Amino acid sequence: MKYDKTWGNRLFDWINYSLLLIIALLCVLPFVYVLAVSFTSPQEVVKGGIILFPKQWSLTAYEYIFSTNTLWRSMLVSIYITVVGTFINLLMTSLMAYPLAKQTLRGRGPILLGVLFTMLFSGGLIPTYFVVKELHLTNTLWSLMIPSAISAFNLIVLKNFFQQIPDGLEDSAKIDGCNDVGVLFRIVLPLSMPAMATFSLFYAVAHWNQFFNAILYINDNTKWPIQVLLREIVILAQSRIGDTSMDDVEIQPLTIRMAVIVFATLPILVVYPFLQKHFAKGVMLGSVKG
Amino acid sequence: MKVKLAHSAAVKAEAASSARGRRRESGLLRSVLRDKWLYAMLLPGIIYFIVFKYVPMYGILMAFQDYKPHLGIWGSEWVGIKHFDRFFSEPQFLRLFRNTILLAVYNIVFFFPLPIVLALMLNEVRRERFKRFVQTLVYIPHFVSWVVVVGIFYMLLTTENGVLNELIYRMTGNKIAFLLDPDWFRTMIVSQSIWKEVGWGTIIFLAALSGVDMQLYEASRIDGAGRWRQMWHITLPGIRSTIIILLILRLGNFLDSGFEHIFLMLAPTNRDVGDVFDTYVYVKGLTQMQYGYSAAVGLFKSIVGLTLVLGANWLAKRFGQEGVY
Repeated sequence: MKYDKTWGNRLFDWINYSLLLIIALLCVLPFVYVLAVSFTSPQEVVKGGIILFPKQWSLTAYEYIFSTNTLWRSMLVSIYITVVGTFINLLMTSLMAYPLAKQTLRGRGPILLGVLFTMLFSGGLIPTYFVVKELHLTNTLWSLMIPSAISAFNLIVLKNFFQQIPDGLEDSAKIDGCNDVGVLFRIVLPLSMPAMATFSLFYAVAHWNQFFNAILYINDNTKWPIQVLLREIVILAQSRIGDTSMDDVEIQPLTIRMAVIVFATLPILVVYPFLQKHFAKGVMLGSVKG
Repeated sequence: MKVKLAHSAAVKAEAASSARGRRRESGLLRSVLRDKWLYAMLLPGIIYFIVFKYVPMYGILMAFQDYKPHLGIWGSEWVGIKHFDRFFSEPQFLRLFRNTILLAVYNIVFFFPLPIVLALMLNEVRRERFKRFVQTLVYIPHFVSWVVVVGIFYMLLTTENGVLNELIYRMTGNKIAFLLDPDWFRTMIVSQSIWKEVGWGTIIFLAALSGVDMQLYEASRIDGAGRWRQMWHITLPGIRSTIIILLILRLGNFLDSGFEHIFLMLAPTNRDVGDVFDTYVYVKGLTQMQYGYSAAVGLFKSIVGLTLVLGANWLAKRFGQEGVY
């Protein structure tokens, strides 16, 4: 569609492009600011002002957080739950989605209904907490992976995706003596790599970003993921200023807090280009009904 | 006469189906055997849903009990609707209700229209590369955690060395305690939600916009319509059904005010405006150990939530949409 090059249209475009540019910058500048401050010397930060590029480079903040083992430990915990947790998610979701994609399977309807119902109604925080506790998962990293093993929404979307795969391929594999498990792993999953990439990215981001389950289920602070550590250092320390009853929280210098934010965000920004390639597809997958 | 005919037809059909029923039994066995591997694959998932979704639903019974963890559901004393009575007569109830509703209303009024506006602005961009560049940047905040979002806002807004407060101080000579002042709490929550999700929210509207018939624009141009008139008379009506269904869905999730987000923003100074049903359940249940009572509050919230979702879905269907469930 083209517009006449009238003054009105040009002005419109000019304003529109500028506004969009401003909005886009507003979305990324806070990250740039945090990154810049984390690399600036503490003396310069105290002087105040807006820093979008460090004038005096300094690695003090990073030297400090590398010297404590808290950050390393939390990073390792987060990496562990992200890798293992995502693997569990993918395995459990695809194992369940594949049979449900077979329209001839007896009992398929009631099972799907049972899954859908969990999207509408849940036992709530307290009863779920007791289930996890009774299974002796509390204070283990399993409590961050097992209770969220399958997302009902992703399951339904993956089931719909599997349904679109033509049956011919699967049938020929079966004639060659493959059972259904073999068909899933040797034929269906390799054909679904784009969908699996999308799901693994969504699951992995969710694992990396989770903090509330850790607060709920894990008391032992050596098992805290990075997000919980970040909350402790950045948010709790800040909101307790002026609350004299809480003097147990140590308030870290600004640059150190910034550096921890960088660590909690970095992996997301690193995978973002891959995410971007796939998420639009993922959102569209969600719109397929069946 | 017609009724009779229909009736006898039904009887015949039933007789036929019961005859088929006997055959179906052996068919059932055969098909289960045929699909034995499929059932084996289903098993872990079914166990997962039973253990982590349905057992907690059974655990809701504790809302009617004086629940003691060492006695369990079987051993704890039944107290009927005592917890509900207490909750509804508690002065807290009105406060929680007000906070939840206000946050939800603010989110709908201030947040909901923005992705539509942004999508319309992006839709007017003719340079594909510029459009993709803007999209790439505005989607980023969606992927970082709430902890990071709240953390960054804290760093920008704190009264000691926060950039924005520095700027305000230079201009006005005062600092604003955005983070401690309860009056700023709702503004903070809504603006953080906007920053994190506005870009992501455009995706669905952009998809709807790409479906608007190009010929309509051509035709209107010949009729002399300018850009604003096209937007008003073609673009907006073109995505009206998407807007309506998303608004209805949002209404269905009215009570889900973003628990993790609010939980992070709560501080001793802003509990009066910040406490919502979910945070109350957490505090009563897990820090004050009033399990039965907090389960009752949770159940109340779940039931109201379920009613709203089903009501919203019914509304969506009445608007001629497919509905979601």
